[in-house]
Amino acid sequence: MRGMKETGTRLRPPNNRFDRRTLPWWRLQLVIATAVPVVPLAVLGALIAPARPWLLGPAAVIAVIGAAAAVAMPIWWHRVHRWEVTDTAVYTLTGYFWRTWRIAPMSRIQTVDTTRGPLQSMFGLSTVVVTTASSAGAVKLEGLDHEQAAALAERLTELTDATPGDAT
Amino acid sequence: MTDAEPVSEESAPEPEAAEAPWARLHRDGLKVTAILLLGAAILGGVPTATGIGSGGSWAIALAIVIPGAALLIGVPVALDAIRLHVTRYRITDTRVEMHTGLLFKRRRSLARERIRSVDLTANPVQRAFGLVKVKVGTGESGSGAGSLSEQTLTIDSVDRAEADRLRAELLRRAAVEAEGDAERRLATWRPGWLKYAPLSFLTPLLSGAVVGGVFQVAEWFGRGGLPVEITADLVERYGPWRVLGMGLAAVLLIGVIGSLAFQGEAWWGHRLDREPGGTLRVRRGLLVSRSLSLEEERIRGVEIVEPLGVRLAGASRLDVVAIGLKAEQQNADLTTLVPAAPVPVTAAAAAAVIGPVDAELTGHPRAARTRRLRWAAAAVLVLAAAVAAVHLLWPVPGFWSAVIVIAALAAAAWTVWTALDSYASLGHGLHRGYLVARRGSVRRATVHLDRSGIIGWRVKQSVFQRRMGLMTLDATTAAGRGHYAAVDGDEHEILDFADAAVPELLRPFLVREEPGER
Repeated sequence: MRGMKETGTRLRPPNNRFDRRTLPWWRLQLVIATAVPVVPLAVLGALIAPARPWLLGPAAVIAVIGAAAAVAMPIWWHRVHRWEVTDTAVYTLTGYFWRTWRIAPMSRIQTVDTTRGPLQSMFGLSTVVVTTASSAGAVKLEGLDHEQAAALAERLTELTDATPGDAT
Repeated sequence: MTDAEPVSEESAPEPEAAEAPWARLHRDGLKVTAILLLGAAILGGVPTATGIGSGGSWAIALAIVIPGAALLIGVPVALDAIRLHVTRYRITDTRVEMHTGLLFKRRRSLARERIRSVDLTANPVQRAFGLVKVKVGTGESGSGAGSLSEQTLTIDSVDRAEADRLRAELLRRAAVEAEGDAERRLATWRPGWLKYAPLSFLTPLLSGAVVGGVFQVAEWFGRGGLPVEITADLVERYGPWRVLGMGLAAVLLIGVIGSLAFQGEAWWGHRLDREPGGTLRVRRGLLVSRSLSLEEERIRGVEIVEPLGVRLAGASRLDVVAIGLKAEQQNADLTTLVPAAPVPVTAAAAAAVIGPVDAELTGHPRAARTRRLRWAAAAVLVLAAAVAAVHLLWPVPGFWSAVIVIAALAAAAWTVWTALDSYASLGHGLHRGYLVARRGSVRRATVHLDRSGIIGWRVKQSVFQRRMGLMTLDATTAAGRGHYAAVDGDEHEILDFADAAVPELLRPFLVREEPGER
């Protein structure tokens, strides 16, 4: 309301969106998260006839909510989450209701890790985690293409190796 | 005491063992362990024996308790004897090494250049034998992984002369040896400062613990309902209000005595010194004597903490923000340089550590106050609903109804006051090389964080904050808690502030908006 007519400094969003394959990856995660309560409820509902309405009812409700989330949320997340790596810093923006911008300067980066979970592998995705000496300073880039992630990790490692000091 | 400092040459399985001799732990450590265990066995054994004996025969009680105690003492003492026998440590030119373990050999080694703190403690029994436990900290606090035990090396225990030698040796830096610079006193504790002890939050905590303890003991003797019965008797004789008032007073008195005892023990004889070569040293303790040496190179700032009661009495406490000293460890005293003391004393000590701390702070927008008052309003609504629900659901006797309503009114007033007070606390500013941020009501804290120690930003804005034009700026650092925040600042001003605090870091990602745009 106020910011609209005032002069002021803002943070611009980071330049890059994550790979489009994060959409099916997030969907699969949501589907699994939904299936964990729904499948046991449904199986029990099929087996225990007297309690059927009490088991299948909640199962249906959770399944509908889960399905809706699996369709809509990833599209939204893909719009909201952004990242950028410059020569001086790693910069990300995550969240909508609780927006968080993280900036980790290149000179303070201690480790660069690339990880790839089983689900991520299915979609050819990787996660790059950049940590600093602060317990609160880690920056995660979740959902980069395999090769892009490898190249980025290499570039970050080179850049950080080039800066002296113990990064504290 | 001919073998007061048993230093044994090892039969050298490794070639470099010749350069620095391996030292062993002091043998009297075993006596200390035995005495402590004996004490624990008596404390545990006597009530147990009484419990069993009063219910049945004393012979059976002793037959159970005495072998139990022997086992309880014998096994740990034997294990400790083995530990003392197999543990060796040494300081080489580059590393501190410790070998221990009989079946599971453990070899620890710390690079000397990484050592940031040396912590000496001695409990009363150790003091009687002239022994000290030495804890060597590296100050590695990286990325959350790795437990604390991996970053510290504990030598338990050696005699006092050896401990002082270790401390001096481990914190000596050949490069920055300030010659002739004598030790300088930065702060000295006065017994009068004990008057702030009962104002801490330890007091109600201890009071609660005492009430819980009474019930627990009654339970042990199989009379769990006894305290309630006694209270009911008293109420019958003196009336509910008098019993309530007296009960609160008594419990509070116990809390006051307890917190005086705890704080007195912890801080008696405290002094803060700067030693030649750039280390700060805190010494304190009545029964357990403690000494913490901290390399100044690792200090990234200070935090002036004013818990509500202490603040109202015109006092504050000085904590250090240093790499390798995590503030949320269970032993929070570890980061404290000066305990609750009059504000000028704390300010002077802070100035001696990092320079003047008389910063002018920018207040936060009024929207931050609105936000806090809304939280308070929500809390008051919940309280009112709870009181109403209790009265609707159960028949409440007049006395309890009055107690509940009074408590709820007090809580509501407190909530609103806290909201206003915590808004008044908010502030941030730049002062010399430091970022200064203040927040909190119940625990008001002003952090002075070295700007060169800021290793990243975390900027947060919830939807509610966005609608009110507020933003929280979190500076991440390797020291202390890992991040320190300026909460609910103006969403534009706080970014300019961050840009000024650490030039060039945020700049590439900022846009300056023209009026009328967007």
